[in-house]
Amino acid sequence: MINSITPITASISNFFWFNMPEGSEVAGLLSTTIWMVFGIAIIFIIYMIFSAASWVIHKFFIDSRNKAKGYTSLKTVTFGDESAVVANRFASVASVVAIFFFWGLATGSSLLGPIQLPAPFLGKTSFEYTAEDSYGKRDKGTVNLLVHTFNDKPKLEKADNSMSGFAKNSAIKVRERRTALLSAKKIGAKETEGFNIIEINGQPISRNEKINFGNGEVLLTSKGSMQIRPYAGMTMEALYLPAPEDVWKSFLKLNKEGYTNVGLWENVFWSLIRVILGFSLGCLFGIPLGFAMGLSNWFRGWFDPIVEFMRPVPPLALIPLIIIWFGIGEQGKISLLFLAALWIMTIAARAGVSGVNISKVHAAYSLGATKKQLLLKVILPNSLPEIFTGARVAMGVCWGTVVAAELVAAEKGAGKMIIAASKFQLTDIVIIGIIIIGIIGFAIEVLMRKAESRLIPWKGRG
Amino acid sequence: MSGLNINDVSMTFELPNGGSVEALKNINLNIQKGELVSVLGPSGCGKTTLLNILAGFLAPTDGIINLNGEVVKKPSSERGMVFQQGALFEWMNVSKNIGFGPKMKGTPQSEIDEKVTELLDIVGLQDFADKMIYEMSGGMQQRVALARCLANDPDVILMDEPLGALDALTREKMQSLVLDIWKKTGKTIILITHSVEEALLLGERLIVMAPRPGRIHKEYNLPFAELGVGADLREIKRHKKFGPTRDEILNMIWNMEEEIMGRAES
Ligand SMILES: Nc1ncnc2c1ncn2[C@@H]1O[C@H](COP(=O)(O)OP(=O)(O)OP(=O)(O)O)[C@@H](O)[C@H]1O
Ligand SMILES: [Mg+2]
Repeated sequence: MINSITPITASISNFFWFNMPEGSEVAGLLSTTIWMVFGIAIIFIIYMIFSAASWVIHKFFIDSRNKAKGYTSLKTVTFGDESAVVANRFASVASVVAIFFFWGLATGSSLLGPIQLPAPFLGKTSFEYTAEDSYGKRDKGTVNLLVHTFNDKPKLEKADNSMSGFAKNSAIKVRERRTALLSAKKIGAKETEGFNIIEINGQPISRNEKINFGNGEVLLTSKGSMQIRPYAGMTMEALYLPAPEDVWKSFLKLNKEGYTNVGLWENVFWSLIRVILGFSLGCLFGIPLGFAMGLSNWFRGWFDPIVEFMRPVPPLALIPLIIIWFGIGEQGKISLLFLAALWIMTIAARAGVSGVNISKVHAAYSLGATKKQLLLKVILPNSLPEIFTGARVAMGVCWGTVVAAELVAAEKGAGKMIIAASKFQLTDIVIIGIIIIGIIGFAIEVLMRKAESRLIPWKGRG
Repeated sequence: MSGLNINDVSMTFELPNGGSVEALKNINLNIQKGELVSVLGPSGCGKTTLLNILAGFLAPTDGIINLNGEVVKKPSSERGMVFQQGALFEWMNVSKNIGFGPKMKGTPQSEIDEKVTELLDIVGLQDFADKMIYEMSGGMQQRVALARCLANDPDVILMDEPLGALDALTREKMQSLVLDIWKKTGKTIILITHSVEEALLLGERLIVMAPRPGRIHKEYNLPFAELGVGADLREIKRHKKFGPTRDEILNMIWNMEEEIMGRAES
């Protein structure tokens, strides 16, 4: 049995080059995922506890005063009735407040006043060590530590060694949340053989052990050096996540001065204009194409393979090809957005045409409409709801695509701004960029929905 | 020749699995101008198919149809159609729906407005001219559909279960409205219904069709439509001939259904 299979697998592996992943690689992947489940669950649970607390506040202090009004308040069956579920405004506001609260808490924001997680240690501290040399002699030395912030460059006072024995006093500075290494040589060991640190602040220590000295800890490495870690606190470093008020300050600065000589809103403008142009091009060609496909066998057959093939290809996968073809100029980006919008609009228009109730077509003909009149007065308006739904989706996809395309290659644009800032670890600008991208994407969706209920009030009520 | 002549019309549908359905077989019918004809028959006997052929949406496999001497080949505004539901244009308001036919023909707007006002009056929707279709009840929508059809001044009005989706009370009012319109405008009306009472009330001539193959089974000439114009339809239903005729037709259709069921079982 196995013999008969082997030639087949052999010929397959000649054809496809596929290295079977090792068991450990797969196991690593799985264990990462499982740990993520725990992490995500914990975040969710904390957030849900906040939600529950807000709910209690709402229930007992606010809800009792504003009784629900209108038709829904008279319904006795609301659980399961989709139309009776509306977003609770209080919950939405509370949830946004909670996010800012967590943000502030994690970054040690001054906005939260006294509610603070332990901050990292800053300032001067010291500890004493006891060393033993190869003759078994012991001596004590002091290490003075100056812990400073990320941007500070304080001057260090030299340690006073006038009175000491072979174990020297030393003074070092450390950035907050960082560690400093103090080797045996630096504290006076002539030869490392036989020189040992045996106590920290009077507590015995051996290699690979840690001792807490009050404002931090000392780890004796396997080579006998001291790795000193001042207390790091529980807040996050600004490099990873700046505090909300700092982001706001950077925003004000960015708003005024821009970044790399391009204004913030100039970047946003460039992204938006690309989306609008690419989307418009997509509509310009996609809608007539969809109509042709909905109305003619020939066009349906002719374009079906292309449309069905291109539909599942995510626009992002086209970026490399577009760059190879068009370079990083505007033409490439507009082409990409055009392609992103084109298939969505084609399919939406086709669905709109196919969805016309045959009674309406018959009615129009027997009311004396010509083909052209039928197309313009019946099929076109009848397909508007579908086209609008498509346009909403297309706008969302285009917005996501333009940012991604700018991440790869652009001179101006929201995506360009954040990728440039990330290279210099300007996390505040990256975060501002992400927030603005989110807000604009949301605004586009809201505008489209408003336009929809304005322009096609009959949607879903035919 | 005037009026609507249906000569030996047959319709066979080829099915994708190779079989075929004889939806209509050798239908012959002459309908004079101004006649009110109701068509009744068990489900699947070809009523809709016949109406679609008359409207010009379908070409019969055999036979020919003449309207005032001209052969019917495609849809035209001489033959208006009222559908059961869903055929109004919901992106237009009531007036625009009613004025659709004249507008397509390029009638001047002032004339259209005049016509629309007149028709709104006839169907009793004077106060709803600017309402959107989705703001109207089912009964009101059918009034709009009737008015829209009349706006074109067709020679023949074809109705496929126009009142089928309405509740009993609304239906009764609409039946009176159809009779009124018939009398006022003198149109030829062919109306398909599933309700025997409705067929009796709204048919000077009542045609009962039988299925497999779809054919004309029996024809009645009835006085009730003429009597019903402007009268209380419940009064008409108490007419001494109404009950017995209704029972006779009900029995007839019942037997046909039995026969179909029997055939299907064997
Ligand atoms: N497009 C079609 N293709 C194949 N068969 C069809 C088609 N249209 C109708 N038929 C068949 O023709 C027969 C008559 O259909 P038709 O719709 O005319 O019946 P009907 O009398 O209007 O029925 P109902 O009272 O249920 O509306 C039925 O057996 C139906 O299955
Ligand atoms: Mg039917």
